Formats: sequence, C-alpha cells, structure tokens
Amino acid sequence: MIADNDAGGITTYAATGAKFGYSLIWFLVLLGPVAYFVQEMTVRLGAVTKHGHAEAIFSAFGPFWGWFSLLDLTLVNWLTIITEFIGMTAALSIFGIPPVITVIVVIIVMFGIVLSGRYWTWEKITMAFCLINLIYIPAAFLVHPSVADVLRIGIIPNFPGGFNGTLFFFMMANIGTTIAPWMIFFQQSAVVDKQMKEKDIPWGKFDTIVGALFTIIVAVFVIIVTGTLLYGMDIQSAAQAVHVIMGTHQWVGTLVAIGLFDAGFLGAICIALTSSWAFGEVFGWAHSLNYKVKEAFWFYVFFFFGLITAGAVVLIPGAPLVLITLFVQVVAVTLLPAALIFLIILLNNEEIMGKYRNTLFENIANITIVVFIIVLSTLYGISTVFPNLFG
Amino acid sequence: MAALENFVGKRIGNFVREFTGKISSINQKYATPKIKLSGAAKFALLLLEIYLIVLVGLLAYRFWTIIHGGA
Repeated sequence: MIADNDAGGITTYAATGAKFGYSLIWFLVLLGPVAYFVQEMTVRLGAVTKHGHAEAIFSAFGPFWGWFSLLDLTLVNWLTIITEFIGMTAALSIFGIPPVITVIVVIIVMFGIVLSGRYWTWEKITMAFCLINLIYIPAAFLVHPSVADVLRIGIIPNFPGGFNGTLFFFMMANIGTTIAPWMIFFQQSAVVDKQMKEKDIPWGKFDTIVGALFTIIVAVFVIIVTGTLLYGMDIQSAAQAVHVIMGTHQWVGTLVAIGLFDAGFLGAICIALTSSWAFGEVFGWAHSLNYKVKEAFWFYVFFFFGLITAGAVVLIPGAPLVLITLFVQVVAVTLLPAALIFLIILLNNEEIMGKYRNTLFENIANITIVVFIIVLSTLYGISTVFPNLFG
Repeated sequence: MAALENFVGKRIGNFVREFTGKISSINQKYATPKIKLSGAAKFALLLLEIYLIVLVGLLAYRFWTIIHGGA
C-alpha cells in the first residue's frame, strides 16, 4: 500500500507543501482512514473469493463491465507507469545520470526482482524499497522545521486563504493520488497471489493499517520539507522542487531526489504487476509470481511489455509528458467510481461474502467514503480538462 | 522473401484467430453474471452508466473544442 506514494503522489504532496505550507497536513491525516477503509474491502474480497478484482467484475457483472474495467485499467496503468519513469529519470538526472541509463537499469533490476520466482521474495525486496520511502523523515529533520508551527498550523483543520478554487483543486489532487484505481486491483490480486485465506483476514487488515499509516507519514513529512523550504512557491513537479532545494540544501535535495526515484520505482513495479495479474486472471494464463517464466510466460511478457514501452515513451524527444500526466488523472476518473461501486456491491453480496459481508457500520463508513471520493475525484478530473472551472 | 512473408503472415493470422477465439470464449464464460443483483445494486449500476455517458460526453466535447481551436 505504501506504493501509493508513487512519483505522482510525491509530486502532489511537494506541490501542496510549497503552496500552502503545513496548512493541509490535517487533511492528509484524514485521508489515512479513508485509504484504509477502501483497501480493507479488497483484502476481504480477495481472501474470500480467491479472485482478483478484474476476474470478480467479469464473474459478477458480465463481459461489458469486465472489459470496460480491464481495458480502462490497462490504459490508466500504462499512462501512470510513464509518469513513474518521468519521476525516476528526473530524480536521477539530478546526479547527472542520463534518462536512457535510468530506464535501462531500472527495467533490468525489475527483471531481477520479479523473476526471483517467489511471491514472498518479491514482497520482501519491495518492502526494502518501501523503507527507503521513509527517507523524507530525516530530510524533514534536516530542514529544522518549527515543531510548534507544524502542530499549530497543520493539525487544526483550516482552509488557508478561504475555500477557493485553488485550495479545492489541491485537496482533490491529494485524494486522487491517495486513492488510485490501480491500488484496488493491486491489493486484491496480491492477496490472492499471497494465498491468503479467510483466517488471515485480521492480518490483512493489520497489514493495511500499517500501510495506510506509512503512506500518510511519508506524505506529511514531504509536506513538512517543502512547506519549510519552498513555502509560497508554485511547484509543478517534484523534480522542480528537488532542483530548487539542491540550490540551498544539498543534502536535503539529495534525500528528496532519492525518495522520488524510490517512489517511482515502487509505483512502476506494482502498477505493471497489477495489469499483468488482471489480464492473467481474465485470460486464464498462469499469473503468479510463484511461477517461473516458462510456467507463466504471458504473465511476464505482459509485465515487461508494459514497462519497456512506458520507459521508451519517456525517452522519445519531445514526447508530450505534461499532457500524459494530466491525461492520467482524466482516465482514472472513468475507472475509479466503477471500481469502487463494484467493490461495495460485491462486499454486500451474501452469496459471495457469506459472514464476511459488510456490516452496517462498514457500509455506512464505506458508502460515505465512496460517494465522497467519487464526487471529488470527478470534480478533479473535470477541472483538469476545464482548468478555469473553479476560478 | 515471399516464403518468409507467407510464413509471417500465417503466424500473424493464427495469432489473431487464437486471440479472437479466446475473447469469444471469455465472453461466453462470463455471459451470465454469477450473482443475483439486488434492486439497489441495479440502481447503482444504472447511475454508473449515466455517469460514464455524461463524463465521456464532456471529454468528447472538450476534445472537439480543442481540435477546433477553442480554449
């Protein structure tokens, strides 16, 4: 779940900190439980049905919704992987590493990790990368923020400058990056590949709580770094933030660049796996990290095809990378509401879930959250296409 | 050269046939939804359809205005 803090996520948090200082920390803290409630449903659904989300949609709602979800997921994932490569190449360019070297080395390393032949080996390696995500904590201490200011300004809910269009756009962007459609498909497929059973659901919930907590901690510390060093600046990308920080605080800039690379790496490997798992489930290919290449040939082909083509796009001179980044948000808005509604319907079906179906409390919490996310993410997507909509 | 083109053409033809056959079999396999949907679930799916139609309409409109030099 920590992979939710991908390159796009770090960019959003960095821009939020630069624009509003510590003022929106409270909002990110609130997004922790929201992320938990959504992801927890995928854990239960995966453990009970032993199916990934794509297969569950085909099975429960038929081919129309199935193909819609699968193809939309594949498109939005591929575009998101491009943004991860944009983040990784930008981060390492700070150290003078050319993008082409970054792309090639990253893909080779991902080959090595994924072809380890065991799900658990893959998970342990990615957990190590997740720990690198915590690099923003020492970075925040290095910039010596005023703890009193962080607590005073950040913890008490407030709307800096009033509830205007810019603030609303940033709040929507933070929701959009914390609750991404690929996360729903990823976690459910991971639960299935991990071979979790009903008795493991409490551990899955604990795992999700820890993941949500880590996600928010990282986001808050990114905001503290940029809120301290870049407050009042308009930051368009995390790479731009790194460049500016490098000018005055070289160590902090270095840590932020490493964190950005790590975020892009984690995001890319998880998102590429999400598409591969989903296609494997529906097409009936062997689709597990526990299989060797010759046993799950198409699963691995699909995985690397997505990665290699996305990496190649970043290397095309003059490729419309900004447009792609904006397009991701728009396409995601067509998939997220559908994935969430399917999740709620499936979790309420007694035939499928038995005693693990949503309780009344879970339904109140989950439906409220889902409606909230759908409304705000839709407004975010529309405001991306119509930038002057909210003033 | 002609033999090579013939060989590649056959391989591509076979792949396309197998792929379309696979899609047909997936459509058949999932043709009948395996769960019974409640009234609320059917209503939610209807709202989702309307939502997607409106959203795609908005995006198409925006695309059209960009193509025709709009802001």
